[in-house]
Amino acid sequence: MPAASERSAQPIETADPAETEAVGSRVGAGLGPGDVVLVAGDLGAGKTTFVRGACRALGVTGPVTSPTFVLGQLYQGTDLAVAHLDLFRLAGMDDEAPGLLDDYLGPDRVVFVEWPGRSGQALADATVQVSIEHLGADRRQIRIAGHPAR
Amino acid sequence: MILGLETSCDDTCAAVVTDRGEVRSNVISSQGVHDRFGGVVPEVASRQHLELVNAVLADALARADTTLAELDSVAVTQGPGLVGALLVGLASAKAIAAARRLPLAPVDHLQGHVAANFLEPDPFPPPFLCLIASGGHTFLAAVRDTAGYEVLGSTLDDAAGEAVDKGARLLGLPFPGGPHLERLALEGDAEAFPFPTGLGRGGRRGPMANGLDFSFAGLKTALLYRVRELGAEAERRRADLAASYQRAIVEALATRVEQGLESSGLGRLAVGGGVAANARLRERLSAIGVPMKVPPPALCTDNAAMIASAARFSPRLAYPDYLGLDAYASGQARPDVGAPVAASAAASGATGAQGPVR
Repeated sequence: MPAASERSAQPIETADPAETEAVGSRVGAGLGPGDVVLVAGDLGAGKTTFVRGACRALGVTGPVTSPTFVLGQLYQGTDLAVAHLDLFRLAGMDDEAPGLLDDYLGPDRVVFVEWPGRSGQALADATVQVSIEHLGADRRQIRIAGHPAR
Repeated sequence: MILGLETSCDDTCAAVVTDRGEVRSNVISSQGVHDRFGGVVPEVASRQHLELVNAVLADALARADTTLAELDSVAVTQGPGLVGALLVGLASAKAIAAARRLPLAPVDHLQGHVAANFLEPDPFPPPFLCLIASGGHTFLAAVRDTAGYEVLGSTLDDAAGEAVDKGARLLGLPFPGGPHLERLALEGDAEAFPFPTGLGRGGRRGPMANGLDFSFAGLKTALLYRVRELGAEAERRRADLAASYQRAIVEALATRVEQGLESSGLGRLAVGGGVAANARLRERLSAIGVPMKVPPPALCTDNAAMIASAARFSPRLAYPDYLGLDAYASGQARPDVGAPVAASAAASGATGAQGPVR
């Protein structure tokens, strides 16, 4: 298993989806209200897998599935609400009203955003940035920046 | 007669359905403006719904050759979906119902997909196993009565329609990928590439779904790697890739249907959601050999007739009990978000009780 080094930008390598989920879980354990976590990576990189791990650490017990088509999922964690957004289908959001994602964002919850590249400044208040890259087969490289100390 | 309204995602939908389940009109106005954005933008969805809803309503009434005065009740999608979009339908439905002092039935979108099977002609009464596969949802349910359903399995990651669309994208096909992938697959060899179906244990690649759940994330990744491995040759093998990829999705869905039929003891099958339009899937499912219902395409994709259909079997709230109803966003197919629960929660004043938040 990769070393827990979330605070640094030191990349973490994972060998399969279970390990990617475990890294997500360790990051999730340090999150609290107001955290906005951007999760970038290509198709099939494991973004939803990572978010699932983090959600489990926050006490979400139900299915954590890709919100690509529904745009956003809201889950209930142990002590707080968790929003899971996917901006894959969105584009040109900078032209839109700033209240676009208000239904999902909020200081009382943890927010995960997949495909954040399309979100412009709407998500300028991100507190954690995660990027996942393919290394071939099931191997992935995960970079985490800005993980708050808690 | 029941007026149905559905505005949970891209489409503004209104329909008139009789108390016997005959569809008098079923109007679906897709929001073409989204093409400019390459997808749905919630704020645009809400604004477009607002601009379209009155015209769509008027059209649904005109096509049904009726007027508001002849309605007995109003039905509307309460969730899950985009909250802003849902609120447009909900507010419109409340206004119409309140002005006429009509009862209103809040309906769960997924219960609506199930209830599409109860519509005339050829209604398909419970009990049956129901597969709903669309871009946003994929689940298998036991439908034992007209008022609800029990989820037997659902996707652990991507919905089947999402797998179709993302696969199509990896193959360089335009959005929406479904019809393009299906057309390309016709020219290909479905046995050319052994893609994973995400079923059962033993695989190393991607999550493996057990029980009656589905998993399509590993399949998507397998296609990505195959395309990369093939490099320049991928272009020439596109049809084979499409056919093999489609086959994996069809096999995953059909295998779970077979297992669901066996474990539930249900001997009949209904299919809904946009993926039901796939001819290979319908062929494969009908080969199972149990009586099968696939509603016509306009009743499989999002529509308001299915919402009115569900309302026939849901509690209706009397005026003014529904004025405080709120929309809920939560997108999970769960047994506790069926229409009856939605209505009873609303009746007790716990608005938005289905969404864990808001």
